[in-house]
Amino acid sequence: MAGDGAWASAAEIAKAVASGRTSAATVVDATLARIDARNPALNAFTAVTAERARERACAVDAAPDKAKLPLAGVPFAVKNLFDIAGLATAAGSKINRAHPPASRDAPLIERLEAAGAVLVGALNMGEYAYDFTGENVHDGPSRNPHDLSRMTGGSSGGSGGAVAGGLVPLALGSDTNGSIRVPSSFCGIFGLKPTYGRLTRARTFPFVTSLDHLGPFARNARDLALGYDAMQGPDPDDPVCAQKAAEPVAGLLGRGLDGLRIAVAGGYFRQGAFPEALEAVRRVAKALDARDEVEIPEAARARAAAYVVTATEGAALHLERLRKHAHDFDPAVRDRLIAGAMVPAALVAKAQVFRRWYRARVLDLFARYDAIIAPATPCTAPRIGQQTFLLDGVEMPLRPNVGIYTQPISFIGLPVAAVPVPLEPLPIGVQIVAAPWREDIVLRVAHTLEQMNVAAAPRPL
Amino acid sequence: MSSLDQFIASAAAALGLPLEEAWKPAVKANLDVTLRHAATVAEFNLPDDAEPAPVFKA
Repeated sequence: MAGDGAWASAAEIAKAVASGRTSAATVVDATLARIDARNPALNAFTAVTAERARERACAVDAAPDKAKLPLAGVPFAVKNLFDIAGLATAAGSKINRAHPPASRDAPLIERLEAAGAVLVGALNMGEYAYDFTGENVHDGPSRNPHDLSRMTGGSSGGSGGAVAGGLVPLALGSDTNGSIRVPSSFCGIFGLKPTYGRLTRARTFPFVTSLDHLGPFARNARDLALGYDAMQGPDPDDPVCAQKAAEPVAGLLGRGLDGLRIAVAGGYFRQGAFPEALEAVRRVAKALDARDEVEIPEAARARAAAYVVTATEGAALHLERLRKHAHDFDPAVRDRLIAGAMVPAALVAKAQVFRRWYRARVLDLFARYDAIIAPATPCTAPRIGQQTFLLDGVEMPLRPNVGIYTQPISFIGLPVAAVPVPLEPLPIGVQIVAAPWREDIVLRVAHTLEQMNVAAAPRPL
Repeated sequence: MSSLDQFIASAAAALGLPLEEAWKPAVKANLDVTLRHAATVAEFNLPDDAEPAPVFKA
């Protein structure tokens, strides 16, 4: 691990700890020192679990099976909607801080720690995950490590900032409409939104149960795969979580592109894109020799349907809080949720019917292609506080429109790797999308793009 | 007062939701956008026997 260790990968750390070249305690102490030094500027962490982390690191160092732990001594942090034993699960809100402390960690934390990883804290997020900016009126905005005046993207803003800023090599977030892929794009890191139902969501604070996914962030595809592999498997505590045995992918990354048929999403996925987004897709398509352009049918309507399901299920979740604590919400979130409560149920049912139709049409495409590439965001990271941007020359509100390319994909739960293309002055992400349960393909493609030096997480200056 | 303003006032009362004067423009703007999105979905003709995505299993 060269230099200050800030840019060490999870795989390098695990190897060094497992072999005894360094100790988990040393790694964790250095991580906590970096968080102390850099978090005041980045505002990525809302809680640092230093004492717990040091104890856990000592336990890893003393473990007789240390050499076999795939994430031995790897520090990680989680979006603050994950339950952490002893802390109230804020979910980016003021209201939930009054909740009693969680009695037990979320299962994804337990599974990462069982693999040797060490939780070091909870991360900033947009209130109740209804956000694409990474801003938070209660905790302040998470800041983009590439330019502190810019957004991390949200709602997993602290997750993006903590990984891109070199505070931790691995973080967890949630993605309902793009909340892993948008911060990955703006912060220039890798993110995995697995298939809907792949990773258990038990003991995390929900947003839209029809659409909620959890997944990892890292600075390379191998680390994503290591974290993802450790978290897979069924869980009776989440009824959405599939009864599927783990299907490890880390050993498959080296297979390259052999046999993969890859196309570029056209039509809707080119409209509104800034030149940077189109350039990133062009570079990725060229490297993958993806010459076919496909039209994802009715993508605009899919995005509209996702919008409706989000507004209404989100409103249902928060109805009682809106009645009793309306003044304690972020006003922008409150007003969206109140509006969502007023949408007639017949329209929501229509959106869920459309969802099944759309899923079938998109799955038809995957009979011809193994992966489809699309921009992750229409632009690079906007400035914090920016309210509007130009989409195809029309001034549009920024906050709800950052996710135009992510929403039609998560709406039907497809697995996606967001890969960073290191453009200057700011990076931007590209989505690698595959058929359900084919995380192996998206991570293989992501890893191959890294080997080709087309995708890389740039280190902030 | 537009019909949407009236709908918002009635819906807030029916749902027992607080609705301060200052919040109304943003609630209206958000509801308007959501209803427009919903309309584009609802106008897409699908057969009467098309099943919704969530499937309950007894």
